[in-house]
Amino acid sequence: MAQHHNQTAQTLAVTANRLLDGEVVYFTAGGSWSEHFGDAAVVHNKDDGEALLQKAMPSVEALEIIGPYLFEVRELGDGAAPVSVRENIRMKGPTVRLDLGKQAERPRV
Amino acid sequence: MILRNINNRFEFVEDNFERIEDDAPVPATGAVLVSANRWLEEHDALSGRAEPVGVWIEGDGDLEGLGEKCAQLELVALRFPVFKDGRAYSQARLLRERYGFKGELRATGNILRDQLAFMERCGFDAFELDERVGLEQFNKALTEISVCYQPTGDGRVPVYQLRAARTPLEQTRATA
Amino acid sequence: MYRYDEFDHKIVTERVEQFRGQVARRLSGELSEDEFKPLRLMNGLYLQLHAYMLRVAVPYGTLSSKQLRQLAHIARKYDKGYAHFTTRQNVQYNWPRLADVPDILKDLADVEMHALQTSGNCIRNITTDPYAGVSADELEDPRPWAEILRQWSSLHPEFSFLPRKFKIAINGAKEDRAAILFHDIGIGMARGDNDEVGFRVYVGGGQGRTPMIAECIREFLPKADLLAYMEAILRVYNRFGRRDNLYKSRIKILVHQIGAEDMAKQVEVEFAAIQKQSDSLKVPQKEVDRILAYFAPKNYESLGEFAPETEEARLADEAFARWLDVNTADHKVPGYRIVNISTKPIGGIPGDMSADDMDAVADLADKFSFSELRVTHKQNLTFTDVRRKDLHALWKALDERGLASANISLITDQIACPGLDYCNLANTRSIPIAQEISQRFEDADLQRRIGRLHINISGCINACGHHHVGHIGILGVDKKGVEYYQVGLGGSSDNNGSIGKIVGPAFARNEIVDAIGTIVDTYLDQRVDGEEFLDTYRRIGLQPFKETLYDTAQH
Repeated sequence: MAQHHNQTAQTLAVTANRLLDGEVVYFTAGGSWSEHFGDAAVVHNKDDGEALLQKAMPSVEALEIIGPYLFEVRELGDGAAPVSVRENIRMKGPTVRLDLGKQAERPRV
Repeated sequence: MILRNINNRFEFVEDNFERIEDDAPVPATGAVLVSANRWLEEHDALSGRAEPVGVWIEGDGDLEGLGEKCAQLELVALRFPVFKDGRAYSQARLLRERYGFKGELRATGNILRDQLAFMERCGFDAFELDERVGLEQFNKALTEISVCYQPTGDGRVPVYQLRAARTPLEQTRATA
Repeated sequence: MYRYDEFDHKIVTERVEQFRGQVARRLSGELSEDEFKPLRLMNGLYLQLHAYMLRVAVPYGTLSSKQLRQLAHIARKYDKGYAHFTTRQNVQYNWPRLADVPDILKDLADVEMHALQTSGNCIRNITTDPYAGVSADELEDPRPWAEILRQWSSLHPEFSFLPRKFKIAINGAKEDRAAILFHDIGIGMARGDNDEVGFRVYVGGGQGRTPMIAECIREFLPKADLLAYMEAILRVYNRFGRRDNLYKSRIKILVHQIGAEDMAKQVEVEFAAIQKQSDSLKVPQKEVDRILAYFAPKNYESLGEFAPETEEARLADEAFARWLDVNTADHKVPGYRIVNISTKPIGGIPGDMSADDMDAVADLADKFSFSELRVTHKQNLTFTDVRRKDLHALWKALDERGLASANISLITDQIACPGLDYCNLANTRSIPIAQEISQRFEDADLQRRIGRLHINISGCINACGHHHVGHIGILGVDKKGVEYYQVGLGGSSDNNGSIGKIVGPAFARNEIVDAIGTIVDTYLDQRVDGEEFLDTYRRIGLQPFKETLYDTAQH
């Protein structure tokens, strides 16, 4: 079964699926959910990761999202990117249908 | 609290049976619920009681030895350790249809509203619940699906028997 | 094909409303996700990587053109304009919104379809031979019995919370085209004493983590006893199957642990007790006849076997001739052919079809094949009743839409699960591997030269891509977040069912397609006249492939 995140990972963000339509969403620093990975809050150690996840949990009860979890990200020059193939596919959409999923949306202004 | 099906309507009733753990003595009076093993082991003593005796069977419990004697019992309680453990459905049907058990067949453990209709079709007529809530939902659960494709001994006639009993004219209308 | 009567309509309509209530309770917060999950699964609704996924049952793979048009409509209205045909002869939508699902189910009910038991630990969609009813090698049509089993298993109160999912396949022909040896219960039509036709029953086959070939526990079962015998098997399984370990809870593990002989004994004891109890599980003959009538032979014309216009076109058009040879099969009635429509163009996504193509196929089914079609467990579509003289016109119409890929059972007719592009359980992607292999073997002449070769690809151990029974099976494995692919050889799901053997260490993403190339080259080097891949493999074994793949001969 797919691993959600590497236990030793230090750079982390929180993701979930939206209850209404299953859309992939990311937990932001402002405590809301965004469809865009670029808006995700990124933390730099496991404790902060757990704290971020705890902060996200009430959204389950609030019927906003399902199954929030931490995943590993990698810092790049001017941003971050998910580490695993799985999270990259969730971030963009199916690699075999570039016309579908988030990758198909017009870039944000 | 016990939810009982009384004339096809659920009602909450008090549980009159006292559950007696295996290491506790059985009181001389009052209705008691004991484990199936204990009942089999202390059968002579327990069947001498004037007041009702029921047994509980765990999810992995066997009906060996008990089935044939179940007519002597007022109550059999079958347990669903978690809702997705469906063994008690088979146990219930065996008790009702194979061994002819006529007493109260009670579901205990993890009972969800959306399983009630399945349980009922397998022969359960009582459900142990923590709280006295959801009566309306429970009643709705019983009537959501009015047609059954398979016979289970609950008295409902499966569709294939209903169809076979149709007159040719009814048959023509049904498929028109 | 079978048509609903008022009872079938009622149960499906009530089920839609029941699910509508369940969704409303979820959206109002009355049900938590943990409570809702088993309910949505029993209606075929999953949560995948990007969205929910709805799996719609196509009972034993049979669809009317009207139903296919409705599936296209649903794809447009509620999804993203396409659908995916699965190895269980079902249809999946990858992008439905939770709140829309009750309406989708309502639209399905309008055309006598549902999503009942397409997931969950219950009896799943019954599958059968896509050529059922029309093949020349058939003892009897298994579809009426598949329908009787569909009804009996629908919302079965005793068997909706089994230890694990439960799959039944039934085949009526000499050739096993339903992979019955790889199902929890496999049923083959068989002839008993006095020429009576009934069933031979196998139990305990399956793929997944522990692949096993089913064993026969009943040589001959009279037709009238089918449901009682099924209840006996299911009851033994429900009571004694393991529930402590997800990976050991299929019936195959129980059969393996107690042995087929003991399993047969337990089932026979339960069967005898059920029979003694009552005969209520015997479907009345009148009802059997009612169902049989829906599957009566079509109103075939009496035609000669030879169709001059088709023969002329065959000589004039090489592409048509190739399609005729590869994609069509013998029909039991002279002047008719079975036509397979491949969903696997070069570089395409196996099993995917656009709503527009679905509409076009529905129109062609109306025109050429009695308004019916089948979904196959190889993720293709079949027109079962095409007049030989119409073949060229049908081919032209298909070809115009790019639906005339002539590759049935060839190397580019691969089975692939959705894999990590969609699936929440997957470790690796499957579809891109299938696409690259397809492109590698694009040359039609090369494909024909290679001959019958089934490549099956699964993106995880659950084996939805049937890798264990691929002549070449590819299993995606995750190594620290990186995709690797393990290769097995020699699997087969036909009458001589076999499970593929792993050839050696897994290949990296950028090595796997070359590895398949090496395997094919090795086979072409080693094969002797008339051999197919499986023949060659069974003659020479794994070693020659190991040597060329891992270059071990030099070490």
